[in-house]
Amino acid sequence: MIIEDVPPDAVDRSGRPVLEVDELTVTFRRRGEQPMRAVDGVSFAVAPGETVGLVGESGCGKSVTSLAVMGLLPRRGVQVGGSVRLDGRELVGAPDRALRELRGADMAMVFQDPLSSLNPTVPIGTQVTEVLLEHRDLSRKDATAQATDLLDRVGIPDPARRLKEYPHQLSGGMRQRALIAMALACRPRLLIADEPTTALDVTIQAQILELLRELVVDSGTALVMITHDLGVVAGLCDRVHVMYSGKIIESADRHELFARPRQPYTGGLLASVPRLDGVRGAPLHPIRGSARDVIPWAEGCAFAPRCDHAQDDCLTEVAGSTVPLEYDGPGRELRCRHPLEYPRSPAGATAAGAAR
Amino acid sequence: MLRFVVRRLLQLIPILLGLSVLLFAWLRALPGGPAQAALGERATPEAIARYNELFGLDQPLYVQYLRFLGRAVQLDFGNSARTGRPVTEEFLERMPGTIELTLFAMVFAIGVGIPLGYLAARRHGSWLDSASVIGSLLGVAIPVFFLAYLLRLLFAVELGWLPGSGRQEVRIDATRITNFYVLDGLLTREWDAAWDAFTHLVLPGIALGTIPLAIIVRITRASVLDVVNEDYVRTANAKGLATSTVRRRHVIRNALLPVATTIGLQTGLLLSGAVLTESVFAFGGVGSAIFDAIFARDFAVLQGFILILAVVYVLVNLLVDISYGLLDPRVRVR
Repeated sequence: MIIEDVPPDAVDRSGRPVLEVDELTVTFRRRGEQPMRAVDGVSFAVAPGETVGLVGESGCGKSVTSLAVMGLLPRRGVQVGGSVRLDGRELVGAPDRALRELRGADMAMVFQDPLSSLNPTVPIGTQVTEVLLEHRDLSRKDATAQATDLLDRVGIPDPARRLKEYPHQLSGGMRQRALIAMALACRPRLLIADEPTTALDVTIQAQILELLRELVVDSGTALVMITHDLGVVAGLCDRVHVMYSGKIIESADRHELFARPRQPYTGGLLASVPRLDGVRGAPLHPIRGSARDVIPWAEGCAFAPRCDHAQDDCLTEVAGSTVPLEYDGPGRELRCRHPLEYPRSPAGATAAGAAR
Repeated sequence: MLRFVVRRLLQLIPILLGLSVLLFAWLRALPGGPAQAALGERATPEAIARYNELFGLDQPLYVQYLRFLGRAVQLDFGNSARTGRPVTEEFLERMPGTIELTLFAMVFAIGVGIPLGYLAARRHGSWLDSASVIGSLLGVAIPVFFLAYLLRLLFAVELGWLPGSGRQEVRIDATRITNFYVLDGLLTREWDAAWDAFTHLVLPGIALGTIPLAIIVRITRASVLDVVNEDYVRTANAKGLATSTVRRRHVIRNALLPVATTIGLQTGLLLSGAVLTESVFAFGGVGSAIFDAIFARDFAVLQGFILILAVVYVLVNLLVDISYGLLDPRVRVR
């Protein structure tokens, strides 16, 4: 199995990626229940200015991965293994105090639901300045000035007035912008965005994504996008890791992935998106079953029960081993024994068409 | 805001009218009567008739009621049949005692209840947590008069640590200004009088504070357990804020919202008179006055006290609603 999964150009730009995740495992243990492995040996890296997407259905482990990176999982009942390095500093097992110093300053996170992610009884201003006051040596006055500036930068009009308002007085898009302002307050090296647009209107979604892209390009921040939305991936990500049942099953650059998905699951995801250029009334192709119809990876490929391409050797009983994540051409990795095949020169064949 | 307050105050009018009718009818339906109570069991029918005539009790009920209502709007509730003094005067003398007792009980309940509930939630599943859950269940379940009697027996009668009856030792000849005995002692610099009045609050205050204490522990605990799982607490942690800031600004502040409502409601309840506790401790507040008035069939005192207490209760609740808006910006009234 290939452990190192650092895209060559990521290392080239700065000499070293901002975030390196190696063989990360997260196991939930509850008394009286079987331990549940939510993240199972996930490895990836993000370089400065690069945007990496973690894609998958709900329950695939992508959010747990991001919380594990931030050190935000509860300590009780959760076991985190493997390695997470931020600018070379090991975070797994680091003391809470050290993690608090890094969070908000060097790594920050934007969450899915902007309303519930903001404290309803504290003015927006306080919620922005508290990050600055915690990590920077600033006076209250300077912090307020910086907060005004931040809100302005994320596109909130009349920022001085908004600072005094409470979350319920802002629109959904404004709230998400405010959350982004808080995350970016201390110019973090790494920003993790967990489904940042899911709770928003489509028009607002596009604005927020555009904002994130600008910020990444301007500041050289490493961005991890957690999403189930392939539209977000297409618009924003340089590199994509598709997750299924706690493991990465396919990694590729964005263009490669959309042009030639190799894992039947990735192909299925692409095919289940409605296309504007398709024939009107043409049926959609959802992936059959649900994410609950999995088998343990130890017994073969977790996706096999839902896979149209599955064969006998997708099961460990026949093949004798779990399906490994393997080199699949330059910049690509794949966990599949029977991937989708493409003709040598894909003349005119569209990705979705091929996937079907 | 002003409209909200005015509307609530106007709602008082029908409430008080209805309550006065009910009270009036109910009191007259009680067996016996003020004459019997005042003149004793062996009073002659003539004496009773004369007594009734003297106090206007021989008039038809609706005449009595209208007469009562006419004077009540001028805050005149007549004279006590027992002491002959104006009801309003008796009330003003008694209410400060009940207010002092309520304050003591609530400070005790809040001061112990919130920290205990918070700690129980922080150590969810520990022995402290289980103990506080069981303890608060007991606290709600134990009849107050029983607890009051037990406390008095143990700490006043057996151990003699604290006074077990009254509001102040009789031998202390304290100056009265406001009828708040503790406050009076402080104002007149009669420190021993203030301290003595304070010690008289301890046992009835604890007995009275037990139910609010139990409720506050339970609500604080449940509320903290809810809030620590809120997304905004995760956001606060993701910002790398110090643990103390996360707790103070993001957990406790929000967790106390439901607790504040409870505190308001409980304060209103206690203010409207703790009949049983005050009786056990012979504490001269409105509760023991009502207790005595019931036995004496003292209609004037009962009607007057209960109506005024109803107004107090509604006003306290209005205050709670207004203060809630200050705590939670989402429900701020326009």
